[in-house]
Amino acid sequence: MDKVKIKINNREYEADRDATILEACRTAAIEIPTLCYLKEINAIGACRVCLVDVKGARAMPAACVQPIHEGMEIFTNTPAVRAARKANLELILSDHQKDCLSCIRNLDCELRILSADYGVEDEHHFTGRLSAGVPVENEDAAIVRDNNKCIACRRCVAACNDMQGISVIGPNNRGFDISIGCSFGVKLGDVPCIACGQCIVVCPVGALYEKDDTEAVWQAIADPTKHVAVCAAPSIRVTLGECFGNEPGTFVEGKLAASLRRLGFDGVYDMDFSADMTIMEEAAELVERIQNGGKLPLITSCSPGWVKYCEHFFPEFIENLSSCKSPQQMFGAIYKTHYAAKLGLDPKDIFFVSVIPCTAKKFEITREGQSAAGEGIRDVDAAITTRELARMIAKAGILFNELPDEEFDSLAATGSGAGVIFGTSGGVMEAALRTAAETILGEPLEKVDYEEVRGSKGIKTATYKIGAMDVCVAVASGTANAHKLLTAIKNGEMDVQFVEVMACPGGCVCGGGQPTHAAATRNFTDLWSKRAAGLYANDKDKPVRKSHENPLIKELYSEYLGSPGSQKAHEVLHTHYQARSKCVRKPEI
Amino acid sequence: MKKKMTTVPFQGTAEQEKQLHALIAEHCGTPGAIMPILQKAQAIYGYLPIEVQQIISDGTGISMSEIYGIVSFYSQFVLNPKGEYAVSVCMGTACYVKGAGAILDRLAAIIKVDPGEVGDDGKFSLDATRCIGACGLAPVFLVNEDVYGRVEKPEAVDGMMKKYME
Repeated sequence: MDKVKIKINNREYEADRDATILEACRTAAIEIPTLCYLKEINAIGACRVCLVDVKGARAMPAACVQPIHEGMEIFTNTPAVRAARKANLELILSDHQKDCLSCIRNLDCELRILSADYGVEDEHHFTGRLSAGVPVENEDAAIVRDNNKCIACRRCVAACNDMQGISVIGPNNRGFDISIGCSFGVKLGDVPCIACGQCIVVCPVGALYEKDDTEAVWQAIADPTKHVAVCAAPSIRVTLGECFGNEPGTFVEGKLAASLRRLGFDGVYDMDFSADMTIMEEAAELVERIQNGGKLPLITSCSPGWVKYCEHFFPEFIENLSSCKSPQQMFGAIYKTHYAAKLGLDPKDIFFVSVIPCTAKKFEITREGQSAAGEGIRDVDAAITTRELARMIAKAGILFNELPDEEFDSLAATGSGAGVIFGTSGGVMEAALRTAAETILGEPLEKVDYEEVRGSKGIKTATYKIGAMDVCVAVASGTANAHKLLTAIKNGEMDVQFVEVMACPGGCVCGGGQPTHAAATRNFTDLWSKRAAGLYANDKDKPVRKSHENPLIKELYSEYLGSPGSQKAHEVLHTHYQARSKCVRKPEI
Repeated sequence: MKKKMTTVPFQGTAEQEKQLHALIAEHCGTPGAIMPILQKAQAIYGYLPIEVQQIISDGTGISMSEIYGIVSFYSQFVLNPKGEYAVSVCMGTACYVKGAGAILDRLAAIIKVDPGEVGDDGKFSLDATRCIGACGLAPVFLVNEDVYGRVEKPEAVDGMMKKYME
């Protein structure tokens, strides 16, 4: 990379020629505050808290968008710069609802942190016309928007439009009337929102958050007539620790199980187990479709955001979707049928909770065709995100980092390595290939690592020789990439037999329910790599790395389900989908 | 000003829709063509209701949120059709200092329509307009082509509006 010489605060540095002032300063160990800027997502220079002084410049430029040049002299820490940043923070705060004590982002609000850093004194700096109070939008199953706290940084808009390619929110009106929301001010349920929650993860303040379902969980735990079971998704074990000050990707499976037990759950389970179930069914479906000329490519259905996206934007691919329920739903379904009988419980008395990295799963539990026990009993009663679980742990006074490492309950304690890697883009593909290949070949694989489908690239393709057959596969993460991939398949530019799609870029480890990080961290840390590394390392260490070799899975099939794809398996573990409109629904007047 | 969705049912004709599709076909694929499309669509329909924006969105592939963002940003675009009687109050400097604001409020109260909107029955619409060039008559307001000038005090509009109210 071409270098240029610049001066920052009178010291000489060399920096990449195409760097912005912000990036150049970061390499010189200087952090510049940002609110609207998010690397590769949003660079619009709107919030004006990243102002710096540049010698010879007419005004202070925004460091996030201003490129450097040879000989540039930058000042990041002069009285004028500090005063300008402080004044801009005060202006933003003037029109911000400051109920910080009760705000969900109380401790990790980027605006609050910067206000403290810059010693904001006058939080009512501007006394002119302010935005009027607006109602909190909380009718959606997954996402709550409180525009009284919105600072119009447009990070959520960029995440929805540019990163995910869904574009159901945008800035409406202008000036003081500006509000971020759906067109015509309709609700999220009236537009093709897929509830992926990426808008929440990028929000610097408390304007966007998940629908909090922890109260229902607390109540169930306190109810002596209820048997309350919980299962934690694969990715939670590499992200929950972040909420308690650990490095991203820290593997906390033992403490996760211990904390759930201490919260008072009657059964503490590992979703890796039902991920293995999903693989058994999905691999069988793949082999069946390949061998009997079924609809191809088969597309995975574990990501409820992706499923909803497909229903809205690519209804012609609904038949390609695997009919398998997601691991979350499979666990609830099997628990309220087979395991309820085994434990001598009435499914009506079971309250089943999942801990998931995902906001779309809150929508998924309300879907049709997710009631294996019948009588309107939902497979899963509450789906809580990593963040919600962390809040419960904190509220219960559990010192997470001091907990011993414990194991999940033995009823479903073992997940294979294949189940673990479900948490990252490419993982479901790899897990399914391990089982499908052995099913087709009828003999053990020499190598179980499918390196080509790993990594954080948006679209990954590979061809694997299984016996005499070439199986072409493709993996997409992030719905913008899914759009590209499906369009290529639709236009006949690509011939693939098996496709994995995850709605969130990088898969579940970067899901919409995962811990948030301030821009200062996000912009310069590869969260995906750190979190995914934790899962792949765990997979490598597992004694069992293929779903079909999991002894508990073998037991389940011999005791209850018969064989993968059986009539019983279809009743309990499979579902159906419906085409949905991509238009904006006109509100009733 | 915050724009509000109309409560008047959409009554677009097949002919109008044909014109709109031709318009989209003409501009489709040209970067930045959403502005002329919206301008001409407004010329066809007189306003840009959700139904028209959805046709434009489907035809151009530009999302509804982006289109609505543009429509709600620029004051040249309107979400409400004009009423059978389109009432507009001049807010030019001369009229304004002569009390046009109070006249606007009085008219809004009589016809029960907020500025920038149209009543549920589509009978009246109310707009605050820029200078209409009749400063000598300030303050002035219009009902369709009828001009009412030198409105002495807000209460005077009651009598002037009587014939439209029946």
